[in-house]
Amino acid sequence: MVLDDVFEHELLDIFLRRMANIEEELYLMKKGTLKQILLITDGCSNKGEDPSAVAALAFQQGISVNVIGVLEDEQSEQPEGLQEVEEIAMSGGGVSQIVYKQALAQTVQTVTKQAMTQTLQGVVNQELKQILGPKQSLEELPPDQRGEVMEVVEDLGETCDLEVLVLIDASASMHNKLPTVQEALIDLSVSLNARIGRNRFAIYSFPGKRKDINKVLDWSPKLDSISSVFPKLTSGGITPTGPAIKAAMYQFGKKSLLRSFRNEDESSIEEA
Amino acid sequence: MKMNQASRKPELTLSQGGVIKGKWHKNRYTIKGELGHGAIGKVYLCESNGKQAALKISEKSSSITTEVNVLKTFQKVQGHRLGPSLLDVDDWVHPKNGHSYSFYVMEYLKGKPLSFFIKSHGEEWLGIFMLQLLDDLAKLHESGWVFGDLKPDNLIVTYAPPRLRWIDVGGTTQIGRSIKEYTEFYDRGYWGMGSRKAEPSYDLFALVMVMFHLYYPNRFEKGRSPEKTLMNKLHMTPQLKKFEPCLIKALQGKYSSSKQMKRDISAVLMNQQKTDTIKKKQQTPPVKRATHQGKSTVRKPKKEHPFMEGVGIFAVVLLFYTFYLIFS
Repeated sequence: MVLDDVFEHELLDIFLRRMANIEEELYLMKKGTLKQILLITDGCSNKGEDPSAVAALAFQQGISVNVIGVLEDEQSEQPEGLQEVEEIAMSGGGVSQIVYKQALAQTVQTVTKQAMTQTLQGVVNQELKQILGPKQSLEELPPDQRGEVMEVVEDLGETCDLEVLVLIDASASMHNKLPTVQEALIDLSVSLNARIGRNRFAIYSFPGKRKDINKVLDWSPKLDSISSVFPKLTSGGITPTGPAIKAAMYQFGKKSLLRSFRNEDESSIEEA
Repeated sequence: MKMNQASRKPELTLSQGGVIKGKWHKNRYTIKGELGHGAIGKVYLCESNGKQAALKISEKSSSITTEVNVLKTFQKVQGHRLGPSLLDVDDWVHPKNGHSYSFYVMEYLKGKPLSFFIKSHGEEWLGIFMLQLLDDLAKLHESGWVFGDLKPDNLIVTYAPPRLRWIDVGGTTQIGRSIKEYTEFYDRGYWGMGSRKAEPSYDLFALVMVMFHLYYPNRFEKGRSPEKTLMNKLHMTPQLKKFEPCLIKALQGKYSSSKQMKRDISAVLMNQQKTDTIKKKQQTPPVKRATHQGKSTVRKPKKEHPFMEGVGIFAVVLLFYTFYLIFS
């Protein structure tokens, strides 16, 4: 861990140059799209495979899984069903938070942004280990250099492209929370669309009528069009969270990245 | 917020008298008490070499690093002390659990909350503080940054002389990027009045909301049409009445710089003083008594005094007499 000062400094220079390259690559070639699943639920899964295992699989595929557990107003303590929330996010490489519905809007955007930072830090840490040795990590760097690296992480978070698939638990108990969820998602789109990088959002609910998930909104750069589609959500009795995450995973690969970027280019020209 | 890495690192609580020694710079800090806590870590009052300072420590190393980066850019805004000055940045390895906690030490700003100060010192300070804040914001904006999370919790009045200072700069964002940190009530995105892109006008919106908060300490709901709610509230607040046109412009994002808003607010304050003196002129019948300090005022009150004294003495005597009647 302790390296000769001069030597370490040179390595850090190499590292920072490497980071600048990654940054440029991401920016110019649109290679690095961050992929996230955002699960919003209020209870425990009760059907199908273990959601944590599926989340781990998603993370392996480069998709991080974030989970927000929504509490009832009168719930003072964390119900048992919501313990699962943290476990899923942990194995999915994401962030979790349990909140009352009033705080949902602000939480949705902080969770999403923190997860981005976390993923990017993971990437940066890997680079660090490659250049400075397996025991190195961001936290082991001296404060000044850590500051420089964090600046890079922040730059990446601001400029990278992002895909968020929102997965909504539409079981009966969620029904009265759906208007708040809808508002929170519009708010999320306001936050993320202030970034320099581009965004794509999709919304799915589960369980679906015949399938594991039900498409609410196909990939789109903004979420302001969701108010019309939201009331269509139907609620059911079972909560197959695991199968839903699995089905959600496949929604990322469907569109050819190149094509979608071209489409977005057109829409951003229209906006301009 | 539970994060992958952070969840394994236990949250930290330091007790009074505890000592923190930096891993890199080896400075020692004795904890004197807690000053506050937020989303990212806790702030303690500490002492090092007989000097007081504020120490912020967190299990979220990266968040501390980000804040330090911001504080460093504040030092670069030359010739002006915008935020608290940064004194030290380091890590502390917990002797028991072995985890490393990042911290930074900054100047300890002693003062009073804005609302408290205005209540005890008078409404006329509100305008002054607005001008101070607009000055600071102008400097910050000129150097390419936006404050972001502008709210009463992040402001303090230090004295003497009274000066509004920023104590938490965690939301400061480069112009053109997305606002790093915000609080719903002060955020124009929440009110549907604009984007969350870091622009000078973002801070100016929040500034108006800070003023609202003085008169609506419990805040208020945005209702069905948020813009209407804001306009109604503004109209209904007598203390903000004189600033109304400027504040509406700020809420609607019509000021592209703090300087423009400052000019308008100054104009209001200067006019206000003029009209005040005009009112006083009208109230005082003798022509020569133009101002309080006017030389001619010296003699006239003397003539009034005997009469007033007589009334005073009579009142006191009457009071004592009443007491006498009641208690005897």
